[in-house]
Amino acid sequence: MTGKSATLRSSGGDRGGWLVKLLVILIVAMWIIPSLGLLVNSFRTSVDSSSTGWWTSLFHPLSTQWTIENYQSVLTSGGLFDALINSLIVTIPSTIIPITLAAFAAFGFAWLKFRGRSLMFGVLVGLIVVPLQLALVPLLRIYQSAEMTGSFLGIWLAHTGFGLPLAVFLLYNYISQLPKDIFESAYIDGASPFTAFTRLVLPLSVPALASFAILQFLWVWNDFLVALVFLGTSSDVAVLTIELASIVGSRGEAFHLLTAAAFVSMVIPLLVFLTLQRYFVRGLLAGSVKG
Amino acid sequence: MAEAIHPIRSMTPGLRILRALVVVGVVFIALWLGLRVLRDPNTFAAFGPTLSKLAQALVALILGVGGIWALFYAANVIIEALPTRATDFLRPYVFVVPAVAVVGLYLIYPTAGTVVGSFTEVPEGASPLTNYTQAFTDQEVILALRNNLIWLLIAPAASVAIGLAFAALVDRIKNESLAKAFVFMPLAISFVGASVIWRFMYAWKPPGQNQIGVLNAIWVAVGGWLVDLGLLQEVEPVAWLQEIPWNTFFLIAIMVWLQVGLAMVILSAAIKGVPRDLVEAARIDGGSELQIFFRVIVPTIRGSILTVFTTIAIAVLKVFDIIFVTTGGNFDTSVVAVRMYQEMFRFRNFGQATTMAVILLVAVLPIMIVNIRNLRRQGVGA
Amino acid sequence: MRYRTWILLAVVMGMVLAACGGETASTTTAGEATTTEAPGTTEAGATSTTALPVDTTGYDHLDQAIAGDFSGSTVEIWAQWLPESSEAANFTYTLEPFTELTGITVNFQPTPDYETALQVAVDGGNAPDLAQIAQPGKMHQYAEAGSLVALSDWFNTDKLAADMVPAFYELGLLDDTLYGVYYKTDVKSIVWYPVQGFADNGYTVPTTWDELIALSDQIVADGNGNPWCISIESQEADGWVATDWMEDILLRTASPEVYNQWISHEIPFNDPEVLEAADYMSQIWFTPDYAYGGNTYINATWIGETQDPMFAEGGPQCWMQKQAAWIGGFWGENRDALAADPNLPASEWPNKPETDVDFFYFPPIEDEFGTPVLGAADMFVMFNDRPEVRALLEWLATPEAAAGWIERGGFLSPLTTVPNDWYVYPNNQLAEMVAGATTVGFDASDLMPAEVGAGTFWSGMVDWVAANGEGTEDIFQQIEDSWPTG
Repeated sequence: MTGKSATLRSSGGDRGGWLVKLLVILIVAMWIIPSLGLLVNSFRTSVDSSSTGWWTSLFHPLSTQWTIENYQSVLTSGGLFDALINSLIVTIPSTIIPITLAAFAAFGFAWLKFRGRSLMFGVLVGLIVVPLQLALVPLLRIYQSAEMTGSFLGIWLAHTGFGLPLAVFLLYNYISQLPKDIFESAYIDGASPFTAFTRLVLPLSVPALASFAILQFLWVWNDFLVALVFLGTSSDVAVLTIELASIVGSRGEAFHLLTAAAFVSMVIPLLVFLTLQRYFVRGLLAGSVKG
Repeated sequence: MAEAIHPIRSMTPGLRILRALVVVGVVFIALWLGLRVLRDPNTFAAFGPTLSKLAQALVALILGVGGIWALFYAANVIIEALPTRATDFLRPYVFVVPAVAVVGLYLIYPTAGTVVGSFTEVPEGASPLTNYTQAFTDQEVILALRNNLIWLLIAPAASVAIGLAFAALVDRIKNESLAKAFVFMPLAISFVGASVIWRFMYAWKPPGQNQIGVLNAIWVAVGGWLVDLGLLQEVEPVAWLQEIPWNTFFLIAIMVWLQVGLAMVILSAAIKGVPRDLVEAARIDGGSELQIFFRVIVPTIRGSILTVFTTIAIAVLKVFDIIFVTTGGNFDTSVVAVRMYQEMFRFRNFGQATTMAVILLVAVLPIMIVNIRNLRRQGVGA
Repeated sequence: MRYRTWILLAVVMGMVLAACGGETASTTTAGEATTTEAPGTTEAGATSTTALPVDTTGYDHLDQAIAGDFSGSTVEIWAQWLPESSEAANFTYTLEPFTELTGITVNFQPTPDYETALQVAVDGGNAPDLAQIAQPGKMHQYAEAGSLVALSDWFNTDKLAADMVPAFYELGLLDDTLYGVYYKTDVKSIVWYPVQGFADNGYTVPTTWDELIALSDQIVADGNGNPWCISIESQEADGWVATDWMEDILLRTASPEVYNQWISHEIPFNDPEVLEAADYMSQIWFTPDYAYGGNTYINATWIGETQDPMFAEGGPQCWMQKQAAWIGGFWGENRDALAADPNLPASEWPNKPETDVDFFYFPPIEDEFGTPVLGAADMFVMFNDRPEVRALLEWLATPEAAAGWIERGGFLSPLTTVPNDWYVYPNNQLAEMVAGATTVGFDASDLMPAEVGAGTFWSGMVDWVAANGEGTEDIFQQIEDSWPTG
């Protein structure tokens, strides 16, 4: 990702002919039109939305009756406000808990000596290959008998369990590369490993932690299956993806509401994407191993 | 530093134990209370619906984020209350056992349970392979497997091809990062959100009405023009997601739309990493740009291409949300993961559900292994 | 199983119920009916006059309970109506008089993910005292597993059999032993039509199948668009509207015995009798120009929006829709009006029931099978045998237990002892329809194994529509092949 290595550009700057530009514009257009349609339509009235294409409003912006009613409607009676909060309740701990567990574990595997180290590490990281579908049926049974379905604690732990192997793998790669000297000097000063971990390792590992955090945050925020199975569809706990899917189910072709609801569900990940794009890219590159 | 961060060893054993008990007691009572509050949505009812929801969120965040740290802290305090030798022996386990335990409960035990269940959850007296023979003779399952195969053949290849082409093209224009951002953005969108976006793209209205979906608007406009020219008899709007067998391809397009960004980012980074000398040398030899691309660049970055390909292939094999939200598996579009969900929740047939999961694992495993080997070779880490 | 359908139904029922509740008040003010005996039909609707009219209810434990013998005890009852739904609120409301009358506390738990939750509770030995069940198959399952309390020993079954529509009483039996008491029903055999449009064009309500077809042809010939509004898209529950049609027609072309054998798989799913019913169905669904938008519209349009063309600006573009009463909340502008205000009473709907849109009975086909009705219903079953639990179950079999909910609207009791003038439109007419039915057929797809009833039967119907009615025999053969063995 760095600019150090040579690039294709021999002279830098704009080297493409008109054909290259045309192709780029064409692909960009194909990628932007679906989202643009969503955004435009979410501000149109229900009559306009069901009787004319969204592009007519784009071509005649002044004669179009724009409205924010769709957003008011989905956020209040549509229950999307609660779902937004539920998504936050689910996503933030489901990101922090696995990172914490993984950071402790990665440090332990990298810098502490104990029996069974390589076996445990091998098993833990090897589980990256297991698709989470494998866990659903037995876990659901445990959850049902422990009355854990539909509880936030239950889904935090589920996302933690499914995210941990990758998290340990990524953080281990980073933490094990930290210079040995810093630990040694800390131990000489009498620091316990716990202190060395919290005061030295964590601050030094921020880039790796951030990469995984973004990856896990988006994964959990956008997850549908785990939430559907372990959290369910009741309005107390339903997250945005669940609520959005149920609006699809109950207001099928009401595209003025659907587009507004979809946009609400996308706002936070898009903000994360726009502000933390650099970490986001790094996280994606690193996360491409997830099973 | 020693005095500042290591005062505990200087305490008497009695004090250490007392401290440990107090800390552990406080942590557990706090967690227990917090979880109780979280389970009961009416705790904050007095504040009105909006504030009570926000209050609930606040408790959840303090509990979820603080709880995990409090537990580690408490564990550490317990360890330090013990005699020194025990402390030294147990300390590493405080670091790794929580992660291993969670993974054991959430992945190892259930995976074993699923594999075993697929053989044991059969009608009494039936052969252990019953679920598998039933699965591979069930038309619906065969259809789902066929569809998974179609997805696997098309989605990764299409994503890589478009992503690679775009990465190579965009490398040559001025507003590179802007153009890339647009293609990259769908990666932040959930499968459910993308399904809504594309439902809208594919929307169908009866003939004679205004088409509100982009695809049908274009289809009808172009078709109408051809009719005017006398090249076509008539044109009717198409319900894209019902047109067997093409509908599977229209669903795959959603996946491709989402994944091209991933391919583009990784491959763009790889292209920029191709040594300049190599390209220059080829250029001096008189190679055309296309030749350079296919003969020099593509072979150099084949490791990255393989990574992208396998990553998308794994996502494709597990695809669930897109189909669940758009067609619900109807119109011959079902896949194994959707089938599994239906067996689990609609038919309550856990034996078949676990069998579907095992089939999924068997399909994913080889690709996963290729992926990890390839990554090892490249030394890719965080 | 099809829990998303239930959620959907919960949502739509909620709207309809909320709306019907409002209409109770307006009917009373109009003074059309002398409903003074009906509890709580006063304007305020708050007072629930609960005194039972006679000294004895006919049920022993209930009499003892009213005498105060079980005062202070508690009964736990579960139902699938979602928390905070208007059904849950209405059920709570309708239970209040029982507590006032007997001093027994009723702990009602509306439960999300109901079927799973109940199964888990039963497996874990924590079953509630009473639980609502929608599918008789589930009742059979629990009864055969020995989880249910048999009612016949102590329940006044003679009275129940006399008070209830016979078909519902019989559905509560397993091997002649009573296990379930039906409480609430829904009628599916009705067709909605635009009143003004019919009047303007001189169309009359058909009372026979031939008249129905003749009317359909007439509408096509008049150039008035298409006679039928049909669609079945309902996300992963796609197709249940079509299975309802099949069942309704089969009740009209075959005997109840054949219908039951079809459900229990004593005859193949694709028995010639069933294929004959499919032919009748395809006559309406697949005759060119009959269904608005053709087969593509049927498959592509969500069930709440099926009838939109009926409310088109230039007059109806489709004229008849077979659907249960919940659909009223989705007519024309009602949908958006109710989305904005879920409590909007039906009298203030933009498109009003009865005056704007009315219904007729889905006509019989073969005379020998009379006037059957297709319905769905909820029963209560008993897991724990205590006197106070018996008393509550007995009370649920009295009209008084229905009164509160009827007052709120959207409730149809299987009891013939509920006075018809308690009901308001459309339930007053539906109650008569059920009482006069020669057969009440229970939703067959709910009685079949889920693999078929919520699986291949639904998806088979979708495929059949996609093929525009072609290949009927192959599709029904495939459903037959999918019937689980053993």
